Amino acid sequence: MSQGSMAQSASSSVDYNMDVVRWGAIATVFWGVVGFLVGDVIAWQLAFPVLNFDIEYLNFGRLRPLHTSAVVFAFGGNALLATSFYVVQRTCRASLFGGKALPAFVFWGYQLFIVMAAIGYVTGVTQGREYAEPEWFVDLWLTLVWVCYLAIFVGTLLKRQEPHIYVANWFYLAFIVTIAMLHLGNNLAVPVSFFGAKSYSMFSGVQDALTQWWYGHNAVGFFLTAGFLGMMYYFVPKRANRPVYSYRLSIIHFWALIFLYIWAGPHHLHYTALPDWAQTLGMTFSIMLWMPSWGGMINGLMTLSGAWDKLRTDPVLRFMVAAIGFYGMSTFEGPVMSIKAVNGLSHYTDWTVGHVHSGALGWVAFISFGAIYFLIPVLWNRERLYSMRLVAYHFWLGTIGIVLYITSMWVSGIMQGLMWRAYDDLGFLQYSFIETVEAMHPYYIIRAFGGFLFLLGALIMVWNVYKTIRGDVRRSEPIGEADAIAAAAAR
Amino acid sequence: MSTHVEKDAVTGTDTTGHEWDGIRELNTPLPSWWVYVFWACIVWSVGYWVVYPSWPSATDYLKGTFGTTNRTQLHETLNNVAAERAPYMERLAALDLHEVANDAELLNFSMAGGKAVFADNCAPCHGTGGVGNPGYPSLLDDDWLWGGTLDDISQTLHAGVRWTENPDTRFNEMPAFGRDELLSRDEIGDVVQYVLAFSGRETDATAARRGAEVFEFNCASCHGEDGKGIQELGGPNLTDGIWLYGGDVATITETVTNSRGGVMPAWEGRLDEETIKMLAVYVHSLGGGQ
Repeated sequence: MSQGSMAQSASSSVDYNMDVVRWGAIATVFWGVVGFLVGDVIAWQLAFPVLNFDIEYLNFGRLRPLHTSAVVFAFGGNALLATSFYVVQRTCRASLFGGKALPAFVFWGYQLFIVMAAIGYVTGVTQGREYAEPEWFVDLWLTLVWVCYLAIFVGTLLKRQEPHIYVANWFYLAFIVTIAMLHLGNNLAVPVSFFGAKSYSMFSGVQDALTQWWYGHNAVGFFLTAGFLGMMYYFVPKRANRPVYSYRLSIIHFWALIFLYIWAGPHHLHYTALPDWAQTLGMTFSIMLWMPSWGGMINGLMTLSGAWDKLRTDPVLRFMVAAIGFYGMSTFEGPVMSIKAVNGLSHYTDWTVGHVHSGALGWVAFISFGAIYFLIPVLWNRERLYSMRLVAYHFWLGTIGIVLYITSMWVSGIMQGLMWRAYDDLGFLQYSFIETVEAMHPYYIIRAFGGFLFLLGALIMVWNVYKTIRGDVRRSEPIGEADAIAAAAAR
Repeated sequence: MSTHVEKDAVTGTDTTGHEWDGIRELNTPLPSWWVYVFWACIVWSVGYWVVYPSWPSATDYLKGTFGTTNRTQLHETLNNVAAERAPYMERLAALDLHEVANDAELLNFSMAGGKAVFADNCAPCHGTGGVGNPGYPSLLDDDWLWGGTLDDISQTLHAGVRWTENPDTRFNEMPAFGRDELLSRDEIGDVVQYVLAFSGRETDATAARRGAEVFEFNCASCHGEDGKGIQELGGPNLTDGIWLYGGDVATITETVTNSRGGVMPAWEGRLDEETIKMLAVYVHSLGGGQ
């Protein structure tokens, strides 16, 4: 601890660039609410199609990519931008490379990318590639912004005053580099005209599908897994005030994850025109990915050895630990679903949707909430958050929302898959498609309600963040205190 | 900054001696269960590569010792189903529609198969189980536009309705009396009142009396003098209280003014003969078969 405080005081002489981190933290909260709201709207649309209102700008087909991009790239992207800029400065004891201007360009350039993409979705300008819907001119702009982001990150690493590069930065760097590669590979397209938005992919048929899912799966792998593992590796030991469990495990699982993840994309194309050998490789690499993924979970959870008691009193740490739990669950579920026999049941059903959301809501959003709650008082020099009790409410609302979401999608998805494949002795199908849709209706309502709870929790966060930034502190009994008194009285 | 290794009091493990912003790392060895499971996954994967199609070369790929692919699995499944169905299908092909309907075994088979084919091909318009939708006839009642015998149903299935690509299609065309100015607005109002009376509803008696004449000259040739319809021409029965598009004044006025004419595809060529037989038997059995 003495070393910790020494490093802290020594590093205070560095003139950190925290403006961009502050903007990023606010943008994370803002886009998070937007993304969750649109997500819940389309969940209700699925349950009650009349909510499409026959308005082209509001129909499910256009709002769905708006939702996915808002949560992945706007909410998740800003969370990664803000935390990576914070973590790389603190763990390198160096201010951001590029002075004030370059990080500001990356931040505002990225917001412009988000707005351009969103306008495109709503007005129907899309290249129709999942998670890569923006057209060529938006892609070119993002490329420019991303190269600057990479330059800032690498430049800061090179300026570092520490002998070694901290593990969180390995993950952030892997995320930035690989996303650049994926973005360039998947968006190779020929514009129809210089002044027109429309373009066509360089690939066609099954090559196009494979490129798309090489991108799509690794967007999950490197954006939503590697990037947020970087976040976890800084904020969990920091919040728990414990050393990272195993340096060796972090090295091995990092390289294993990076090497294996990139191969797993073909599992999105089981039982399609994709050649069998590619399906086999996609599936087996997904299986081998199980333990490398779990390395992060072990390192995160075991870092809490000696600090588990803090979960009772610190809902911020609770967010982080629950996130690691959901991470472990979905990185087990993923390899299971990649097995062809399981995939034959799960593919194209709501099970996939539930799986994605246990990762997105449980892991990505929860670890980000933890990081935001950690950062807001630090960035604005506040004594502490406005209210810890509100954090606890947010935690429980979010957790119940996720549980409703994923359990309803398990039931709905597995039922849907079983109904699709139900046939009699002579091979005649037992259900028509519309009958499966009718059967799913109650689960759609449960899911939308779960999403509503999750959104409600996020709105509580907005209030808490706003009050904290204003400098208000809500005086109330510390969490756990009442229980402790009651327990003492019982003794 | 420092490389000062120390012992962590809680776990008794040494740190690596590195430190970043107050974060230190323990030098804990890899958990052995983690290593074993990782190796087990790798060994299993290598085994999978041996038996199933896997690594590619420039021109070919490892075929796998099991010799199975998606395609062989699919063909195997399809062939099994075809083999199980073969005895039925052969008899379905050999017998005519009435013989099929009178053979208990084939009737059962056709009901199961017809139900599945109906759900995939017909239910989007005619509704699950044939309950019908506005503009798409219910197949559960005994009101048939083009006839409800096995042969009638079979012909409609083969050739469709107003499906002009098929020369045998069921075809008629109701004039758009209002749009094409064949009748005045008042005349349409009168004839609608007259039509209401067919299904025993309250009408404006004077208007209906005027409407009777309009009906006789303009409508009776297809719908019959008595309004009971002429099935050979596809003229709907107006007396049974069953309405394809709706039986209220506004909807009937709309129908007379702008005409109606739904389209059903011809299934000949899309479905094989045996399947159309199954469908005909199934639809005939739904409740209204004549």
